[in-house]
Amino acid sequence: MAFLELRNLEKSYGATRVVKDFTIGVEEGEFISLLGPSGCGKTTVLRMVGGFETPSQGAIFIDGKDVVALRANQRAIGMVFQAYALFPNLTVAENVAFGLKVGGVGRAERGARVAEMLALIGLRDLGDRYPFQLSGGQQQRVALARALAPRPKVLLLDEPLSALDAKIRVSLRTEIRAIQKRLGITTIFVTHDQEEALSMSDRVVVMNGGRADQIGTPFEIYNAPTSRFVAGFVGTLNTFDAVVTDQAAGGVTLDDVPLVIGRRLPVAAGQTVGIALRPEAVQLGRDPSREVVLPAKIVEVHFMGAVVRIAAEVAGRKFTIDTFNRVDMPPPAVGKSVEISIAARDFLILSDPVEGGQPRL
Amino acid sequence: MNRFMAWIAFLFGATYFALPLLGMAEFSLSMRRGVYSLDAYRAVLADPQFQATFAFSVVMALFTIAFGILLVVPTAFWVRLKLPGLRPLVEFLTLLPLVIPAIVVVFGYLRLYNTSSWLPMTGTAMGTNILLMFGYAMLALPYMYRAVDTGLRAIDVATLTEAAQSLGAGWGTILAQVILPNVLPAVLSGAFLTFAIVIGEFTMAALLDRPAFGPYMQILGANKAYEPAALAVIAFAITWACMALIQLVTRFSKHARAQR
Repeated sequence: MAFLELRNLEKSYGATRVVKDFTIGVEEGEFISLLGPSGCGKTTVLRMVGGFETPSQGAIFIDGKDVVALRANQRAIGMVFQAYALFPNLTVAENVAFGLKVGGVGRAERGARVAEMLALIGLRDLGDRYPFQLSGGQQQRVALARALAPRPKVLLLDEPLSALDAKIRVSLRTEIRAIQKRLGITTIFVTHDQEEALSMSDRVVVMNGGRADQIGTPFEIYNAPTSRFVAGFVGTLNTFDAVVTDQAAGGVTLDDVPLVIGRRLPVAAGQTVGIALRPEAVQLGRDPSREVVLPAKIVEVHFMGAVVRIAAEVAGRKFTIDTFNRVDMPPPAVGKSVEISIAARDFLILSDPVEGGQPRL
Repeated sequence: MNRFMAWIAFLFGATYFALPLLGMAEFSLSMRRGVYSLDAYRAVLADPQFQATFAFSVVMALFTIAFGILLVVPTAFWVRLKLPGLRPLVEFLTLLPLVIPAIVVVFGYLRLYNTSSWLPMTGTAMGTNILLMFGYAMLALPYMYRAVDTGLRAIDVATLTEAAQSLGAGWGTILAQVILPNVLPAVLSGAFLTFAIVIGEFTMAALLDRPAFGPYMQILGANKAYEPAALAVIAFAITWACMALIQLVTRFSKHARAQR
């Protein structure tokens, strides 16, 4: 059994099922992200683990013990909230000491643990400050220290970076991950930001409509999405419905343009299959090492600094192409006719059924 | 021109309120013929009845405040956290004491808790005191509830509660160490208003026959000339001191500074 195990979790509010048959095992010390759009049930799953919502069905095991019947204050979890939730009437040190005091830890041990935690978050000298005297980033670090001080078994992070500005967000996510690794604490992180999820996690759970659509390492989620939703939600994607001409060899036609995918396809000849391409997998210009070369016309160019995002029209469809900025290669002009090259291995095949020739989404 | 009119209005209002007070204060100082003196105040303060009734009312006020805090803070917290749908009903209930006259309530008490009833609270002095405290708490309820509810609105009750729960705190700890300290300025302003109400209350104390400050003021007013004016000035001073304390507490609390 995994250290933290969620088994067939369900949550309904009246007739609305917000979490459906959610199952995952999280190993000790693992960092798992629940990623999805708002309303996908990710926060509800987190709150059920925390004890703030009661599952309609299913079980939650922490360290082999079923905790569903336990109240939030009996579960030995630490939680960090989006809104910091520091106690305004207590100093930073008192906030960090709160859980220890409630747990009956003696004064001397408490003081030592608070000092250790403040050192861990790099705010050793701010113990006497009140929360309102700190910046947002500092407050969230204190909230992290407060959650970690009583040595919880599981750390829950509920969109802790969403209220911060962009630069702090990036630095704090590196810091959180470093602290998590150092302490080896099992962590669930809820976010709607794919970059956060991909950069911080051991594994990512992409949630959609209350279900876990896909569970995998960031590399797997990005490079081998199994559903149209995951493919579309994580990163930018060109998706098409192609008609299969040869199931075994992976032959399809896209508006009468034949393409060879080079792998066995999940559906028979004559049927429609969803295929997808990451913008960075499409190369501008002819590359003889790539199997597919198509004529295209540039329709939009967005220079974004390190990356140049180009929209090109191919067989009446718009492809998004990402290329790295190069000093010796200015972006192409709008209206220019070019060729694009694609390697067959870069085509992603989406396994969702395409009902009646139409994609499910 | 506008500013001039505003000043005129302000001066008119100030005069309207201040003149009677000044007249009363002047009268309270005129006990000795021909000169101003504090004789009336001396007489009032030296009166053992004054000391006894004032002490009784202060003690009653303290118990009323304690009872009010114990009743209102958990109620307002629970309504805000778990039963937000009940808020209009609770607000309506807490406003009722403003609508129902104290005399109606006290007659209701006498009917329900007299010596031949199922709970004969008026049978002993202690029982009647407790009954009077309940009555006072009810009279102060509109002010206490509103003050506390406003205080709760200023903090994120739900998230702070969950944060405390995740750190292992139970309901008692949450209320005493997280919620109460953060609404303390609001609770104190409710407490001072309660104090002012209890010190001046007449109807309930008189009809329950308790030796409180309100009935003493009435008896003195009916029998003496200068002393009632002195007593009224003292009562005003107490009320204003309460108001000043509300201001001070609000200004110097850390939480209030955090809000700004």
